[in-house]
Amino acid sequence: MKIKTSFGEKCFDIANTAFLLLACLLVILPLMHVVAGSLSETNALIHSQVKLWPVGFNLDNYILVFKNTTFWRSFGVTLFVVVVGTMINMVLTVLTAYPLSKPYLKGRRPFMLYIIFTMIFQAPMIPTYLLVKALDMLNTIWALIIPGALSAFNLILCITFFRSLPEELFEAARVDGMSEYRIVWRITMPLSLPIVVTLLLFYAVAHWNNYYSALLYITDAKLRPLQMYLYMLLAQYDTSDARSFMSTITTWDVSPQGLQMATIIVATVPILLIYPFVQKHFIKGAMLGSLKE
Amino acid sequence: MNTQTTTAAVPKAAPQAGFVRTLKFVVRHRALYFMLAPGMLYFLVFKYVPLLGSVIAFQDYNIFKGFLESEWVGFKWFEEFFTYPNLKRLIVNTLLISFYQILFAFPAPILLAVLLNEVRNMAFKRFVQTVVYLPHFLSWTIVFGFVYMLLSVQTGLVNQAIQAMGGEPVSFLQKAEYFRTIIIASGIWKEMGWSAIIFLAAIAGISPSLYEAARIDGANRWKQFVHVTLPGLLPAIMILLLLKIGHIMDLGFEQIYLFLNPLTLSTGDVLDTYAYRAGILGGKYSLTTAIGLFKSVIGFLLLVVANRASKATTGEGIY
Repeated sequence: MKIKTSFGEKCFDIANTAFLLLACLLVILPLMHVVAGSLSETNALIHSQVKLWPVGFNLDNYILVFKNTTFWRSFGVTLFVVVVGTMINMVLTVLTAYPLSKPYLKGRRPFMLYIIFTMIFQAPMIPTYLLVKALDMLNTIWALIIPGALSAFNLILCITFFRSLPEELFEAARVDGMSEYRIVWRITMPLSLPIVVTLLLFYAVAHWNNYYSALLYITDAKLRPLQMYLYMLLAQYDTSDARSFMSTITTWDVSPQGLQMATIIVATVPILLIYPFVQKHFIKGAMLGSLKE
Repeated sequence: MNTQTTTAAVPKAAPQAGFVRTLKFVVRHRALYFMLAPGMLYFLVFKYVPLLGSVIAFQDYNIFKGFLESEWVGFKWFEEFFTYPNLKRLIVNTLLISFYQILFAFPAPILLAVLLNEVRNMAFKRFVQTVVYLPHFLSWTIVFGFVYMLLSVQTGLVNQAIQAMGGEPVSFLQKAEYFRTIIIASGIWKEMGWSAIIFLAAIAGISPSLYEAARIDGANRWKQFVHVTLPGLLPAIMILLLLKIGHIMDLGFEQIYLFLNPLTLSTGDVLDTYAYRAGILGGKYSLTTAIGLFKSVIGFLLLVVANRASKATTGEGIY
């Protein structure tokens, strides 16, 4: 059905488009500025000539970031946490969600209340810290993984999805003599690919972005994840780390700002790379969550 | 006599039969309960134990004695906190930032969702969505990095623009008067798109027949918005607003801690950042837990009041 648009509506459409484009621009400009700075010649960068496009072309900032062993150690910590942490997250989430998605499970309601209660009443920072300390996990890589091993929100997303699968299917598998564990692995998981992908990415991104746990539980520089490394590089408001690192090499075209910018970009790129592929899953997952709440 | 014993026996036997049936169910479906066990244990250890651990707010907690042996001191730590010289600053900062968040950051995604909903060109709509959702997936550290670079005196785009217009460069991140603006603006930048999803879902849930009826009655797009979209969105708006009010004392520790520095403490130090410094860095475990409890109680009371007010005025509430 085609409806004639009035003059006022046309004005609105134009203003609306302009506004939304402006919003997009505001997201993109800071990213472009930092990318441009990280790729520019140092002279142009420190003399404020870099706006949104690189002035000259200079990869030295990146080369130095990648030559820095501290960077690689932090990267390694983060990579380990992302891989091992996400695996633990997924196993726990799927295993817990499967029984709770069965309407006939006895005790389902109390179990659900038990979980939802933790979403409303959050444990305070210090008692959680003292628990991690009591469990002897301070300054171990497990402090970055175990306290966040399961997310109540993601768990509820997963339960909601599992409930939409037809029970007859599981019944048939049981008749064929399949154990519940095999059913989870061979039937539930393959049928739940959209939610599995969503959760995989929610968890992986959360691990990649996490600096809070490190701030609380890690003081050992060897165990600093990438975000913490980046924070240290930026938030000290001086660039002594970068400067002392640079003093060992003089033939490179780098500056503290350039190194900071390159590090920011390196920490951002993995998210930018996976984002276009997973966007539609993310949104489906988030919609599911919002409708459930 | 005979009937009496049987009627007496029935209610006695029934719960037992129920118990036996439950037991049989559990045994038969033991695999399901085994699967459930690790997750339930996780919540017990990492959510419930720390919640119970909050009792150290009423103790002179000693790390070597643990919370079973530590001395009970009643409200000592609450008193200490209430006489803390900078308390007023902490509470004012916390409430002001929260207030600005509600005033500016809360409506932003609603506006975005409404405007996105009015876009007819699907390709354009998808493009905008793809772009504005993205910052949600960047960490606060990275967002801080972008803001830091954007506002940098030496190289930042904003100061370049100020200088191009003949002004003096400003070191925004070191100035207390800009702190709240930067927190609110970067918060909007990061989460506006993502938060809009909930409102888009709410709009999508409005029955198309309502729009048709409105159109037949001669409503233009503005009238349709006022009489159909807005009322349809109201429940979602109220519920999220109430939740935000319940968390008025939680501003997002991660973000504020990153942006805070010694020069911006006067406008930026909030209950959470103080609690981190005093607790984790200063070892004042009991004091900091008392602050946490104080926050939760205030949040809970506000939630109750706001929920009542909301129910009285709009009929919406979260319980």
